[in-house]
Amino acid sequence: MELAFTQEEEAFRAEVRTFLANELPADIAGKARAGQRLGKADIERWQAILSRRGWLAPHWPVAHGGAGWSVVQRFIFEVEMAQAHAPSAIPFGLNMLAPVLIKYGSDAQQQHWLGRMLRGEDWWCQGYSEPGAGSDLANIRTTAVRDGEHYVINGQKTWTTLGQHANMMFCLVRTERSAKRQQGISFLLVDLTSPGVEVRPIITLDGDHEVNEVFFTDVRAPIGNLVGEENQGWTYAKYLLTYERTSMAGIGSSTAALSWLKEIAQREFKQGRPLAQDPLFAARMARVEIELSNLRTTALRVVASAARGEVPGPESSMLKIRGTEVRQDISALARRALGPYARPFLSDLLEDSPEGQAMPELYAPAVTPTYLNLRKLTIFGGSNEIQRNIISKTTLRL
Amino acid sequence: MNLQHTDTRQMLGESLRRFFSERYGADIRRRSTAAPGHDRATWAQLVELGAIGALFDANDGGFGGGGFDIMVVFEALGGALVVEPVLSGLLSGRALALARHAAYHGVVAGDTVVAFAHQEPRSRYELSHVETRATAHAQGWSLGGSKSVVLDAQAASHALVSARVRGEVGSASGVALFLVPLDAPGVVMRSYPLIDGGRAAELDLHDVLLPASALVASADEGLDIIERVTGLGTLALCAEGLGLMESLKTATVDYLGTRVQFGVPIGSNQALQHRMVDLLIDIEQARSAVINAAAALDQDRRTREQALAAAKYTIGTSGIRVAEEAIQMHGGIGMTQELHAAQAAKRLMMIDHQLGDADHHLERYVALGHER
Repeated sequence: MELAFTQEEEAFRAEVRTFLANELPADIAGKARAGQRLGKADIERWQAILSRRGWLAPHWPVAHGGAGWSVVQRFIFEVEMAQAHAPSAIPFGLNMLAPVLIKYGSDAQQQHWLGRMLRGEDWWCQGYSEPGAGSDLANIRTTAVRDGEHYVINGQKTWTTLGQHANMMFCLVRTERSAKRQQGISFLLVDLTSPGVEVRPIITLDGDHEVNEVFFTDVRAPIGNLVGEENQGWTYAKYLLTYERTSMAGIGSSTAALSWLKEIAQREFKQGRPLAQDPLFAARMARVEIELSNLRTTALRVVASAARGEVPGPESSMLKIRGTEVRQDISALARRALGPYARPFLSDLLEDSPEGQAMPELYAPAVTPTYLNLRKLTIFGGSNEIQRNIISKTTLRL
Repeated sequence: MNLQHTDTRQMLGESLRRFFSERYGADIRRRSTAAPGHDRATWAQLVELGAIGALFDANDGGFGGGGFDIMVVFEALGGALVVEPVLSGLLSGRALALARHAAYHGVVAGDTVVAFAHQEPRSRYELSHVETRATAHAQGWSLGGSKSVVLDAQAASHALVSARVRGEVGSASGVALFLVPLDAPGVVMRSYPLIDGGRAAELDLHDVLLPASALVASADEGLDIIERVTGLGTLALCAEGLGLMESLKTATVDYLGTRVQFGVPIGSNQALQHRMVDLLIDIEQARSAVINAAAALDQDRRTREQALAAAKYTIGTSGIRVAEEAIQMHGGIGMTQELHAAQAAKRLMMIDHQLGDADHHLERYVALGHER
C-alpha cells in the first residue's frame, strides 16, 4: 500500500499548479477565495481559459475532446483547482449531460452539443426537480406531447441552478401515462429562448439569486432533441445521478475552506489571543480536520477501486453524505469564529463589482451567507436521507 | 499511489483469520483470561504463522515491521477477539530492538514474553510523567516506584520498566529503560483479569537491585524509544479496533436482517437502517485513519505523531459509537455475556482506555499542530 503519489503523478500535479499559477486570473481567484459572488462573465472567461488548455472536460473520452487522464489525475486536478481557488466549471453540461449524450445520444447529438459545450456556446441547466418531485423524482408531471416534428411541453421545473444564465435545459418530461411511474419519462433538450418559457428567480435565505423556477407553456422542442428512446428517460436520469454524486466528496473544496477557516481563526481574537489558540475552538477545528484527512483517503480508495474498473455505486453515496457534512461543519465553524460579526449583512460587498474588485481584507461579509448557502449540500443531488436509503438497500441489503 | 495490501500481507491476514475462525474459540479466550493469562499452544501457533515475526524487520530477525504489517496482524487479532500477548511483544520487542539489547532475539522468536511497564498510577496517558526512580550504585541500579495496569505481566518472565534517572516528573528527558526479572527481590505483583479479556497487574518496585547490564536504554534516549513504540502500539490498537468494528458490523447487519418483530425484520425500519449506514461510513473513515497512520510511520516526527493521534482519536470516538450502537440494535441479547458481538463491543470500548483516549489524542493532535 502506498499513499504517496508516484513520480509521474507528482509531475502532473506540478503541471497543474504551473498552469493555475500562470493562467488563473487573480481577480477571479480572489473573489472565489473570499466567497464573493462570481458573475456569468467571470465564469465564461475562466471556462474559456480551461478550454484552450484542453482541460474543460478532462473526464470525457479522448475522441470527444477529453484529456485521457487516469482517475488519480482527475482527483489531483480537482483538488489543485480548489486549493488555488479556481472556480470549478459549471457542471450541468460538462459533467452531467455530456456523459449521458456520450452513452445514449445519437452521433449527430454528440457532434453538435459536445462541440458547443467545449466552445462555451451554450449554458446548460438541469430540469429535474418539480414542486411535487424532489427526492421522489419519478413523480414529475411536466408533459411533452408529440405534434408532428415537435414535442409540446407544459409544466413547471424548480430549483433550476443558474437558470437565469442558461440558454439550454436538459429535462425529464412525461411522454406517457403508465402504471409504473418510472416508465413514460423521456429525456429532452429544450431551448430556453423558445416562446412560452418563463424563468423566475427564487431568492434563497442567504439573499442570493442562484436558483429559479422555470415555467413551460406550449413550448415546442424539435423531436431531434430527444435523447435515447422515448419513455426510457429514467434509465438515463439514474446514470447521470451516479456521475453527479461521485464528485460530491468535495475534498478540494473542503481543504481550501479549511485553510481559509484557519486564517480566520488567526485573525479573530478571544481573551487577547488568536482564536486558533483557544483550546476549545482548536479542538473543534482539529476534529473536522481529522475527519477530512480520513475522508481524503476514503475518496482515494473509491477512486482506486474505480481505476480497477469497479463502477461507483453506493460508495458515491457514502462520499456524498460525509463530504457534505464535513463541508457544512467547516462553514459552521467559520460562522462561529466571527462571533457578533456574523450578523452584519453587507450584501453589496458580495456582488460582482464592475471593477472586478475582490475584498482581500474584508473576509467577514461572505461567511454567514456561505454557511447559509451550503445548507443546500445535504439536500440536493438526492438528499442525504435518500443516500442512506440507497446504501441500506444496496450494500447492507436491509 | 496504490491502495491495496501486498500479496504477502494479504496472505498473512488470510491465514491468521482462517486459523482464528477454526481454532480460537470462546474456551481459549476464557482460559487466557485466567492466570497466567496466556495459552501456550495458541501462542506457539501464532509464532508459527508469522504473527510475531511480521512485527519486526529483517535486521531484527523478523520479516516485516512496517506499518501495514502491524495493521494486517492486529486487524485479524481484533476480528477474532484474541487476547494473547502480541501487543506486549510488539511494544517490548521493538523497544529492545531499537536499543540493540540482546534480549529482543527471544521476543522476536516468540520464546519469551516481556511486559511493557511504563504507565503509572498518576501518569494517565502522559508519556513523560514518570515518578519511578532509578539510582545508580556501585554494582548497578536500584529501582523504586509503581507501574499500573501492566499488560500480560503474569505471563511474562521480565518487564521492560521505565524509570527516571534525572529531572523533574514530567520533564522531557532523563528517563531510562531497564529489563527487570519479575521474580527479582523487591518486585511485588498484584495480578487481575481485565473486563475485556486478558490479564494485567499492578507492579510495586521496592528498592529492586539490578546489575548494570539491566540498563536497556539510557536516560538520553529512553523517552524517544518510549514514544516510538507507543506509536507502534497505538497503530496496533487502532487496527485491532478496526477488526472489531468490522466484526460488529457483520454481526449487527445480520441481526437486523433476521430478528423479526411486528411481523417484519427489524432492519426494515428506516430509523435503524440510517443509523446502521452512519456506522458503516464511520467504519470506512476509521479504516482510512488507520491507513493514514500506517503510511505515516516512516515520516518525520510531527507528521507521524499527528497521523497516529488522528487515528487513535478516530478509533476512540467511532469505536465507542459502533460498540454502543451494536449493543442497542441487538436489544436484550446484546446485553448478554455469551454473545460474541457483546464481547467485541466491550473490547472495542476498552481500546479507548489504552495508550491514550480520544480526548488525549485530540489534544495531542492540536499541540503537534502548534509546533508547525
